[in-house]
Amino acid sequence: MSQRRPPRVVMPGPVEWLRENLFSTPFNSVLTLVALFLIYWIVVPFVQWAFVDAAWAGTTRDACLERENGACWPFIIQRVDQFIYGFYDVAERWRVDIVLGALAAGLLWLTLPRMPAKRGIGTLMLTLFPVVAFVLLVGGFGLERIPTERWGGLIITLVVAVTGIAASLPLGILLALGRRSELPVVKGLSIAFIEFWRGVPLITVLFMAVNMLPLFMGVSVNKLLAALIAVALFSSAYMAEVVRGGLQAIPKGQYEAAAAMGLGYWQSMIFIILPQALRLSLPNIVGNFIGLLKDTSLVSIIGFFDLLGIAQVGTSDANWATPNTALTGYVFVGAVYWAMCFSMSRYAKHLEGVLASGEKR
Amino acid sequence: MSGNGANAVEIQGLNKWFKSFHVLKDVNLSVAHSERVVICGPSGSGKSTLIRCINALEPHQEGKIIVEGVPLSEEVGQVEAVRANVGMVFQQFNLFPHLTALENCTLAPMWVKKMPKKDAEKLAMQYLERVHIPEQANKYPGQLSGGQQQRVAIARALTMEPRIMLFDEPTSALDPEMIKEVLETMVELAETGMTMLVVTHEMGFARTVANRIVFMDFGEIVEVATPDEFFTNPKSERTKEFLSQILR
Repeated sequence: MSQRRPPRVVMPGPVEWLRENLFSTPFNSVLTLVALFLIYWIVVPFVQWAFVDAAWAGTTRDACLERENGACWPFIIQRVDQFIYGFYDVAERWRVDIVLGALAAGLLWLTLPRMPAKRGIGTLMLTLFPVVAFVLLVGGFGLERIPTERWGGLIITLVVAVTGIAASLPLGILLALGRRSELPVVKGLSIAFIEFWRGVPLITVLFMAVNMLPLFMGVSVNKLLAALIAVALFSSAYMAEVVRGGLQAIPKGQYEAAAAMGLGYWQSMIFIILPQALRLSLPNIVGNFIGLLKDTSLVSIIGFFDLLGIAQVGTSDANWATPNTALTGYVFVGAVYWAMCFSMSRYAKHLEGVLASGEKR
Repeated sequence: MSGNGANAVEIQGLNKWFKSFHVLKDVNLSVAHSERVVICGPSGSGKSTLIRCINALEPHQEGKIIVEGVPLSEEVGQVEAVRANVGMVFQQFNLFPHLTALENCTLAPMWVKKMPKKDAEKLAMQYLERVHIPEQANKYPGQLSGGQQQRVAIARALTMEPRIMLFDEPTSALDPEMIKEVLETMVELAETGMTMLVVTHEMGFARTVANRIVFMDFGEIVEVATPDEFFTNPKSERTKEFLSQILR
């Protein structure tokens, strides 16, 4: 059998490539030039400020005052401990290190392809890790108690974000199922819950949780715990709507096939409907996670020193009063958030590919 | 093959409405054990709705349905008891796209019958062999042709070892060259003595396999006859008109 091969693809040279892709039409040429101008106008000065003109060495603000047209990196370098631990007791910071290390190791293990025993590690991360992390961070069992008021920086940001993420997905799934339930009470309660939380801004929820609730109820709740609960409930309402979107995209035939084989409600949800619905909603679920991670910075307004809060504290420190301190702090915090969000986004993209690979024709 | 109750399916005075639309009008039908009944009729005549009532995918408002001696009622557990005896094959296959052919077949035995995974897989392979696609066991539905998907769907229904099989236009969504392989599988199944209710437009299948043909129109059973009578000597005008349209 003689088979015709496809015609050879000739790789274009650089000049041809430029002409084909960047200057193919007059309009395209204008766009290219505008884009080049924007890069020159924004990126070049930023690089100049952040790297070329920046102060790198030194331990005080004097180093930064000498280089007044550049970023003040010594401010970050000197305070990097605060950005990670807040005001957590120095002698006890090893406890935070263990928690952050275990979290990072666990997440890497679960996200890297071809690691063995993922199910076991995942179970550990969902059961043992939260308990150990709680004891290590809070204290007890012979460990000195560290009041949550002294926590700060990355720990606060991560504790709020991870708790919110871990709680909002299961709660959101239950709410979404509840909203589609045929039982009027379950359905009504789910709708009321979802629409209540979606109707109020997170910042007012946080204020209510830490200030008003103790006032009304007469009990003093730990501020961090109140904030955690508020964030979890708030984000689960959003998650519910995302999951519901996925559920609605599943054809009726899937429910019918499951029912016809005698699978009960929970069996068909767990084995048939949810795996498909969650995969469909994955981009939006991760979008919600990313939004949640960034929303944790709102806790700085109710008196927590999360990453953003620590940056704000630093900028008002007279010892570091330079023209560039505040900007450097915000750029640094922004970069940390961006790195975390971007990793999540990339991992989700990878996961979509893995999940889709089996089913493609 | 004797089941519980005199007949495999007993339908008496069945009436069903979609909102105010009267979709099934006073339907009476008895299907004996091992009987093969083909239900045909123009689209919208209620034939699919009728067999979907038998395993309670559609609720009915009036009348009695008794399946293998179990009456379909609101009582807790009755619907499950009926569904345990009844397998169903759909027009659109309705395989679970995120599971392989084998996993599609093992899911219900494992979780409804609590069968150990090993046994369920053995059972599933046995039925995949019976529909002649054991080599596709580890493929996903999206990787199979329409005919192969429908055969997996038949195997999936059989793994629950039902006494009755319902087919809801099993070949209507298939390309012409795939119809034959699915029909052949159904003929083989008929030869095992399975009770079958088949909604189909495949008159060749009806002629050779059916014991009786039920013709429906506007939600009513117009005529019930043996294939011979049905095709050579139809009694009602509506049947004649339908046959003249479908057998050209």
